[in-house]
Amino acid sequence: MKYSYFPGCSLKGTGRAYEESLLPVFQALGVELEELDDWNCCGATAYMAVDEVKACVMASRNLAIAEKAGHPELIAPCSACYLVLNKTKHYLQESPAVQKVIQAALKEGKLTYSGNVPVRHPLDVLVNNIGLAEIKKRVKHPLKGLKVAPYYGCQMVRPYATFDDQYNPTTMDRLLEALGCTMVNYPLKTRCCGGSLTGTLPEPGLLCSYILLKEAIKRGADVIATVCPLCQFNLDGYHDKIEAKWESVRIPTVFFSQLMGLAFGLSEKELGLHRGFIPMKPLLAPAVA
Amino acid sequence: MAELTRTIKYEADRVKGFGRELMSVPGCEDLQSCIQCGTCSGVCPLSIYMDYSPRQVMALTRSDFKNEVLRSHTIWLCASCYACTVECPRQIRITDIMYELKQRAIHEGIYVKNFPIPVLAKEFYTMSRKYGRITENILAAFMFLKTDWLAAIGMWKLGLGLFRRGRFSLWFHAIKRKDELNRMLATVDNLSIDELKDERKKASKAT
Repeated sequence: MKYSYFPGCSLKGTGRAYEESLLPVFQALGVELEELDDWNCCGATAYMAVDEVKACVMASRNLAIAEKAGHPELIAPCSACYLVLNKTKHYLQESPAVQKVIQAALKEGKLTYSGNVPVRHPLDVLVNNIGLAEIKKRVKHPLKGLKVAPYYGCQMVRPYATFDDQYNPTTMDRLLEALGCTMVNYPLKTRCCGGSLTGTLPEPGLLCSYILLKEAIKRGADVIATVCPLCQFNLDGYHDKIEAKWESVRIPTVFFSQLMGLAFGLSEKELGLHRGFIPMKPLLAPAVA
Repeated sequence: MAELTRTIKYEADRVKGFGRELMSVPGCEDLQSCIQCGTCSGVCPLSIYMDYSPRQVMALTRSDFKNEVLRSHTIWLCASCYACTVECPRQIRITDIMYELKQRAIHEGIYVKNFPIPVLAKEFYTMSRKYGRITENILAAFMFLKTDWLAAIGMWKLGLGLFRRGRFSLWFHAIKRKDELNRMLATVDNLSIDELKDERKKASKAT
């Protein structure tokens, strides 16, 4: 089985641990992810604020390249990319005006896009295509006793809930349970992390992250699992500033794929776990033993 | 002397046609049906910091108060979490309307000065136009240099932390076929807005 793979800028930058863990996990399951040839920025959130039509043109180039690659589906792990690519597909269907511009732009780039190639989230593919039974078979070190707060963030379920419940998504809960984790009840699982505001306007942005971290600790979690590079960055990178403003809420935040890799017996280094600001290691030692 | 500001809006403050024009943009049409219930303001995680609540922005936009909405903090505080959009009982795409208002504020250059968010958006746009991809830490550096370089000094610890963990990029990430992408984006620049609008009107009549 082979999928096209759209990493997006974050997975090559601050969120590279997501890619580092996702690729070997899929490989262990016998699924190949082939990186899109010469992909460009998806046209995410900040770009949309300047020119939404151009953001859709940026996304459409990636969709056209994916169609050319010939694999039936495209996997986009970053929530922002996942949303923009899907949003562009919606616009193409709904708005003849946008469709006209995009088709003209594609023609100029000598590309074509006929609307095929579904854009899928890796969680969706892992649970709904590969299946939990297959994943369980690969587990070498069950993560028994590790209490995880599942954090999905915004853009995977809003505005389009493509494969999970919009208010109470459970795909990651089921996946991590299959690895042996204990899921804590985390009602803030789809609350906003502050997005790019953490860097631009610290007070409102960091408050969003602080609320999420504090609640995870209050609920007894050892670690927060996330599906988005920006969420991971916000919940992991600003502890000093949050501590200076409010209080210490130090809890590690990792990608769900890193937990999968650990359960599959891959090394922490291979999975990029050394890249976190709040290390997970001391927590995991008793859990694995 | 203390500066006094009028707290009531007058008819004369309106920019006639602004609301209608905005509601002709694909995705923003449903603003017409807003019932001012305030659900958007209630679910918004950032409304506690806003000068106008999302509900007020919807009302002001529809009633042609262009200068008030484009100068508001609200449109820049929207973090695009789409909570309002999925909760709206009239299925108004509030987040997309916020995007449209941000675009107009940038286009007309009337956003709040020294507000880092529009600067980030513009730098993001410029970098992805030039290189085809975003290098996050360089983008953040550009933003701080253009807004508040003192704040950049406050970020050194985070930068160093990223560097030590191998999450820092020293040079721009770029695509190979920049020409291809540039040609595509130039198509949008060359397209006249009127042409698009005619198409829009036809489209709404047809449906």
